[in-house]
Amino acid sequence: MSRLSESSLNQLTVTRFRLFLREPEALFWVFIFPVLLAAGLGLAFRNRPPDVLDVGATSADLVQSLNSDKGLRATVIDQAIGTHTLATGQIVLLAIAKQDGSVVYKYDDTNPDARSARLLADRAIQKGAGQQEVLHTVNDLVHETGSRYIDFVVPGLLGMNLMGSAIWGLGFSIVEARQKKLLKRFVASPMPRWQYLASFLLSRLALLVIEVVAFLGFARLVFGVPFRGSLAELAILCVLASLSFSALGLLIASRAKTMEAASGLMNLVMLPMWILSGVFFSATRFPAIIQPVVRALPLTAAIDALRGNMLQGTHLPQLVLPVATLLLWLVVPFAISLRIFRWR
Amino acid sequence: MSDLSSGPISLSKVGPKTPALQLTGLHKAFADVVAVDGIDLQVERGECFGLLGPNGAGKTTTIEICEGLTEPDAGSVQLLGLNWRTSAPELRQRIGVQLQETQFPDKLTVDEALHLFRSFFRRGISVEETIRLAQLEEKRYARIGTLSGGQKQRLAMACALVGDPDLLFLDEPTTGLDPQARRHLWDLVDQLRSAGRTIILTTHYMDEAERLCDRVAIMDHGKIIALGTPQQLIASIGGDHVVEFAVSQNTTVPLDARALTGIPGVQSHRVDASLHQLSVTELHTTVPRIFSTLAEMGLQPSEFRTHSSTLEDVFVGLTGRNLRDE
Repeated sequence: MSRLSESSLNQLTVTRFRLFLREPEALFWVFIFPVLLAAGLGLAFRNRPPDVLDVGATSADLVQSLNSDKGLRATVIDQAIGTHTLATGQIVLLAIAKQDGSVVYKYDDTNPDARSARLLADRAIQKGAGQQEVLHTVNDLVHETGSRYIDFVVPGLLGMNLMGSAIWGLGFSIVEARQKKLLKRFVASPMPRWQYLASFLLSRLALLVIEVVAFLGFARLVFGVPFRGSLAELAILCVLASLSFSALGLLIASRAKTMEAASGLMNLVMLPMWILSGVFFSATRFPAIIQPVVRALPLTAAIDALRGNMLQGTHLPQLVLPVATLLLWLVVPFAISLRIFRWR
Repeated sequence: MSDLSSGPISLSKVGPKTPALQLTGLHKAFADVVAVDGIDLQVERGECFGLLGPNGAGKTTTIEICEGLTEPDAGSVQLLGLNWRTSAPELRQRIGVQLQETQFPDKLTVDEALHLFRSFFRRGISVEETIRLAQLEEKRYARIGTLSGGQKQRLAMACALVGDPDLLFLDEPTTGLDPQARRHLWDLVDQLRSAGRTIILTTHYMDEAERLCDRVAIMDHGKIIALGTPQQLIASIGGDHVVEFAVSQNTTVPLDARALTGIPGVQSHRVDASLHQLSVTELHTTVPRIFSTLAEMGLQPSEFRTHSSTLEDVFVGLTGRNLRDE
């Protein structure tokens, strides 16, 4: 047998790898779940032809004018029934013809569909009444990849997955080894302690390749998600993010004695980031007062950097802020956990 | 004295004649509980030495201080002429350790676990050899989760042996095993003993200490209360045999203990849960006299049995408590 395969660092790393691959649940969460989530979101938010809005009108003339717009589908309806169908959401707007020839639009102005319907309906009715275009306009329609929801959400899911697999992977394994007194047994042997921790990072990096390639490959093949930035830089960002989250996982696992305590801590750390860091919607939606906190979170930094690379094609030098944030999250938790790590 | 000699220091430090283990004035307290309360002990090379005592006597704390896992509050530890402060990496290479309650990963195989532990040691015996020694050949490629309690314990032993240690520590190696698995493990320790390995083990089974150990230290409340070969310790309580009897409860006649200890050959008398225990040297002459003495007092023994003295009786004699009481 070769020298390498007998070395303790290699043995420790291979052991980590084996233990991970023999855990079917872990395989599901790391490899299958992100793909399923991307598939589900991709289907739910796929781009459809523009919706036709259902509206009602109290006279046949109005209905005729309204139906001349492709975006509207109008039916004749009397005012009382119309008000009821409006209230139940079957139509979004009711056009009421008044005795004096004027028209009243009844709609909910907080509903975007209803506001669109108001604009379309008014234009159609004014035109039907003989209004001329003052200015000639032409529509030129684009359906660009990269601006769809799936394009936005894939880097978010990638960041979330990097965080989950690193924190769960390290946290649970270390705390389990501590709880089962295996850490103590290792410390009683000549095993170099740094190699034990390094074996987690090495096996994490090896799994990272499989994990990222499988997920992004799926997003590319099925949804045609764009990769506008350099792939090498994307790889660097994934490695950096994974190492930062590993350091955080190490910190979470450095003292906890039971799995219950560890899983509580992990949820405490990860839950705010799932919500605040812009996985599913832009983190800029949160009020300005908490933006400094949101920006400082490692998952926000990771997702910003990944979106910058994949969607805008931004290069590393322009991603200084998120990269520096990730580096800080790598160095500080790692240094603290080395100091406070409980080996028994 | 020759000028060429390298001096007595290096000889006493690393020479083969240094004891395997030397503890001097060892103290350790956890919060307000004194676990180890002044222990001095020397174990020679090639010895199989047992720390015997009830749970909570301080055995595990003592052995973990020896293993370099716990720092003593006071006192010194010398292993193979080295100490933990200056020679920890060297000592880790040279000792083998089996801890209480280590659970190896269920999803790893025996072979994989041993390769992992073998990789930590610069020199040692091959994984194949270790598996043969621990008699785990049939389970070599089985996952640890499928092993029985005894097999898991033999794996723990194999992990301690794979570095070919000069000194082997076994902490309660048979606790929780069924009688057959215990005997199986005893055979393994016997083999290691006859191969000349130095073994230090803890146990709260007196039969185990008696069976396995060349010398035994009996511990109680953090102190060594007796030290010697099992035969010496048993001889120290004065009788080779123990007579136990009870008298029927529905009698008002008091039992005169002095009449019993007055019988020639009776060394001592004590009562434990209404069971009278006499330490006796000559069973065949003393037992008839015990019967006649009881009859003279008007008492009828309701139970009567005898056994050869054991380390259990030594412990009872020294502390007035049973080993298993704690």
